[in-house]
Amino acid sequence: MNRIPLTAWIGLFLIGLNLVLFLFGPLLAPFGQEEIVGAPFDGPMPGHWLGFDQNGRDMLSRLLYGAQMSIGVSLGAVVLSFSIGIPLGFFAAIRGGWVDLALSRLVDTVMSIPVLISALVVLQALGSSLPVLIVTIACLDSTRVFRLARLVAQGINVMEYAEVARLRGEGLWWMIRKEILPNALPPLVAEFGMRFCFTFLFVAGLSYLGLGVQPPFADWGGMVRDNQQGILYGLYAPLFPAAAIALVTIGVNLVVDWMLAGRTIVQGDNR
Amino acid sequence: MTTLILKRLGLGLFTLWLVSVLVFAGTEILPGDVAGAILGQNATPESLAALRTQLGLDEPALMRYLGWLGGITHGDLGQSLANHRPVAELLWPRFWNTMALAAYAGVIAIPLAVSLGILAAARRGRFFDRFANIAALALVSLPEYFLGLLLILGLSVRTGWLPSLADTYEGMGLVDWFRATTLPMLVLVMVTMAQILRMTRTTVLGVMDQPYIETAFLKGLRNGRVVLRHATPNAAAPIVNVVSFNIAYLITGVVLVEAVFNYNGLGRFMVDAVSKRDLPMVQGAAIVFGAAYVLLNMIADIAAIALNPRLRHPRAKGA
Amino acid sequence: MMNLHSMTAISRRGVLAGGAALGLLGLSGRPLRAEATPTKGGVLKLGIGGGSTTDDFDIRKLTDWVPVNQAYMVMNGLVEIDADNTAQPELFESWEAAEGAVEWTFKVRQGITFHNGKTLTADDILYSLNLHRGDSGSAARSVAAAIKELVKLDETTVKITLESGNADLPYVLSDYHFLVVPEGFDDWMNPIGTGPFKLERMEPGVRARFTRNESYWKPGCANVDAVEVIVINDIAARTNALMSGQVHAINSVDFKTVDLLGRNPNIEIVKSAGGQHFTFLMDCTQAPFTDTNIRLAIKHAVDREQLLTTALRGYGQLGNDHPIPKTDRFFNAELPQRAYDPEKAKFYLKQAGLDSLSITLSASDAAFAGAVDAAAIFRTAAAGAGIDVTLKREPADGYWNDVWMKAPFCMSYWGGRPTADQMLTIAYESSSAQNDTHWKNARFDSLLKEARALLDEEKRREIYWELQQIIHDDGGAMIPMFGDYLDAVSKKVKGVTPHPMFNLMGARMAEKVWLDA
Repeated sequence: MNRIPLTAWIGLFLIGLNLVLFLFGPLLAPFGQEEIVGAPFDGPMPGHWLGFDQNGRDMLSRLLYGAQMSIGVSLGAVVLSFSIGIPLGFFAAIRGGWVDLALSRLVDTVMSIPVLISALVVLQALGSSLPVLIVTIACLDSTRVFRLARLVAQGINVMEYAEVARLRGEGLWWMIRKEILPNALPPLVAEFGMRFCFTFLFVAGLSYLGLGVQPPFADWGGMVRDNQQGILYGLYAPLFPAAAIALVTIGVNLVVDWMLAGRTIVQGDNR
Repeated sequence: MTTLILKRLGLGLFTLWLVSVLVFAGTEILPGDVAGAILGQNATPESLAALRTQLGLDEPALMRYLGWLGGITHGDLGQSLANHRPVAELLWPRFWNTMALAAYAGVIAIPLAVSLGILAAARRGRFFDRFANIAALALVSLPEYFLGLLLILGLSVRTGWLPSLADTYEGMGLVDWFRATTLPMLVLVMVTMAQILRMTRTTVLGVMDQPYIETAFLKGLRNGRVVLRHATPNAAAPIVNVVSFNIAYLITGVVLVEAVFNYNGLGRFMVDAVSKRDLPMVQGAAIVFGAAYVLLNMIADIAAIALNPRLRHPRAKGA
Repeated sequence: MMNLHSMTAISRRGVLAGGAALGLLGLSGRPLRAEATPTKGGVLKLGIGGGSTTDDFDIRKLTDWVPVNQAYMVMNGLVEIDADNTAQPELFESWEAAEGAVEWTFKVRQGITFHNGKTLTADDILYSLNLHRGDSGSAARSVAAAIKELVKLDETTVKITLESGNADLPYVLSDYHFLVVPEGFDDWMNPIGTGPFKLERMEPGVRARFTRNESYWKPGCANVDAVEVIVINDIAARTNALMSGQVHAINSVDFKTVDLLGRNPNIEIVKSAGGQHFTFLMDCTQAPFTDTNIRLAIKHAVDREQLLTTALRGYGQLGNDHPIPKTDRFFNAELPQRAYDPEKAKFYLKQAGLDSLSITLSASDAAFAGAVDAAAIFRTAAAGAGIDVTLKREPADGYWNDVWMKAPFCMSYWGGRPTADQMLTIAYESSSAQNDTHWKNARFDSLLKEARALLDEEKRREIYWELQQIIHDDGGAMIPMFGDYLDAVSKKVKGVTPHPMFNLMGARMAEKVWLDA
């Protein structure tokens, strides 16, 4: 890993760009996200470089506001799911026995029901507000994180150096902090990137079903959905948010690919 | 090895039972209730109470769970609350539709993706590898409904080659069926192929970095031969894993694709049931989804056990 | 894609047995294109949104668009509303009312046979109407409750006695739930009717196929050999299906893209003006809306033009804070149109003793497609009048149970009614269970009752004008706009007309149209 390949540079650049948009997007936007400043679906023109959306709002401004919302929701959900999944996963791996068994069974069970279906039921019932959205996705997603964290920790737990530490009489917390976490970090960071991508697409999918981020807030998935019919009439409008989604996920994927290069951990379980 | 497989079977059954508990409990704790959903604006306290009694909603939850579980074990999923038809009768045709589409897509995507993945690994860093990688990356980076929309635009609305609706019905000709389902199949193939290809390539390359592969190279074997004869068999178990996840996706994750193409599968059935709060329908669909997932996982695990010599004789210690 | 909000829409539509206004805009009533006589043959394919796996043909539960359209293929109603919004005889051949419009006699059309060969008699009609009366669970039972007594005078005559006089009874009987099945019939999955088509097979919520009733009685109707209904709840999928030629007609076209769709040379947009209107409901029993001044301030703080052009793309009419559409013969044309006037809004706030006002508006797209967008647009306009509106998004699920008629300020819609009386009665009379602003006005109630039993058109007109004035000035509903029904139809389909009742020619498209050979 001494030499960073070109693709990884591209990925890092894309991630950096999106980070900037996430932090400063709304400040850069020339218009408000609710402001109607033109005619619906009008094409690009000076002052409105990406044209207008289905309600005549400035596409560029909506994209910039949407960056904060879309990236924020996914990031929030993934961070939360990791803070639920990793401690539980490590705990299950180290404790073993019935704790491990009970948690693993529970996770297997939750995972058996398609995520989209579970999310649908919860969001339909509780209404899709931002906190509900983030917590729901995080809870459902934490099962995947739990699985990986447990697997990784188990692998490390049986290594010689971990055995030695245990024989020295180190406590649970020490084990996690000093032995397991440092060794488990690379696969977990890669997983973080992957999960972020999937969550990102998942939120976009929920928006497509009308259960994602709610108007008047802009989010990229919702923008694709709101503008999607335009594509049948040869309009640009839906292409911009779709391209934005693609660039984020491509960026993260490129970096993840680079980090995972040469590793055998397979994360096939994606949806 | 037989005990291992038997153990796995038992575990699967146990998980399935847990799924039934979760599904029932999950649908139970939803706010609002069916009686209210059925009556809508028409509801008065008296009519709500009457309907609740009629639907058996005032019995204790445990009794209703036991009754429901008892029904499932001999294939009775209860009755739709809205129109009193047996859930099973409504559900199974949809399930077979979903399976048919999954099979259509899977049969094409899986062999193609695995072989292309191996090919990409064999040509690591060459043009084909890069091209396949970029294409796969682009495909996994786009929302699937957007892919569907692009296909509809290109292959249906603009050219009229294929129908934009995956409109299938009982007794339709095989040729018509293939025509109708080709667009959704293409979307599913693209999505799953990209996943499987990327994972196959990564896994095979991972194995290639192992010392014994280096030995094979040192013996003077050619690249292609090493990949095929030495690396791929050892990567088989993880690949089976990835493939099984993707099959599970084909069955349980196609809600959006069904929506875009108006395909009449279990996903749409489920969404319909959720929005109508028809609990027996939601529960029926969820348990079928759950069963499909558990079953696939079990098959994948057993296949992995059968394929992996080391797992066939597990060490006493460790996972 | 499935319409996740269809549940609420369904239950609501079920109650609000719809209809629209009397009279029509200029074009209507005449075919869109000069056309020759109908030709027979062909298979008509309809892509309809608004169906679900739980659909059947139970006339008590007809709810969403797919079952309603399908029911009209198999069965006939008692009275038909034509494209000019006039009540026309259907299975009731003629009628007359005694003075006071309490007692009515109806003649049953002769020589009609059901699909099973049975001849239509007064008994079948009695049976079918009685399905909705009493504690029947019928969605139309509140409408049927107006009937005090229903008797057969002889095999061809039915007498209806009402609880109180109603000059519009034939219009009331045009409700789409009042369809006719043979006496004793209850197999709602295999319907028998007198309608233009027979059900061949149906997969609920997916598709259905109907074949022509060769001995159909209505002249010039049932022209196509068969009708296929494909349920397409997703608006984009529906549009795609029409554009790729898989269906001949679709309902509920998206306002956002209707102009783009209309540019397609093979497709015609059918725009039907009617009584469908969108409301911002203020609960007159909850502060601060107990004060008429506050209600007037809100009514002046909305930019109706902007709402109409943005949310409906201009496919509708401005609303004037009362529910009677321009197309109604009793529409008050002299009532000045209320406009966006922040100064006046501030004036009324002052009258109420306030400098500014903070309120919460409950909104959900369950109220109507685009309700949340409309709420956001209102928010911006209201801010200019010193009214700070907080938007509260409510879940679509349970909106009609938990928010409508409960929240102090929320969004809703009404599907319109064939007569002014029905509309005013259901939503504004004090005693109505669906008086959704909890507004009570004694003078309004007594005038409404008086007008209902009047047979003198001029006197009725005067009263209805005053009723509109009262709601306009005092009522709890802010009504910014009326929305058109929009369909899109392939040009291969002939005989298409706008219809004031609902989409797809009042849900009777299959019966009327024919295909270009």
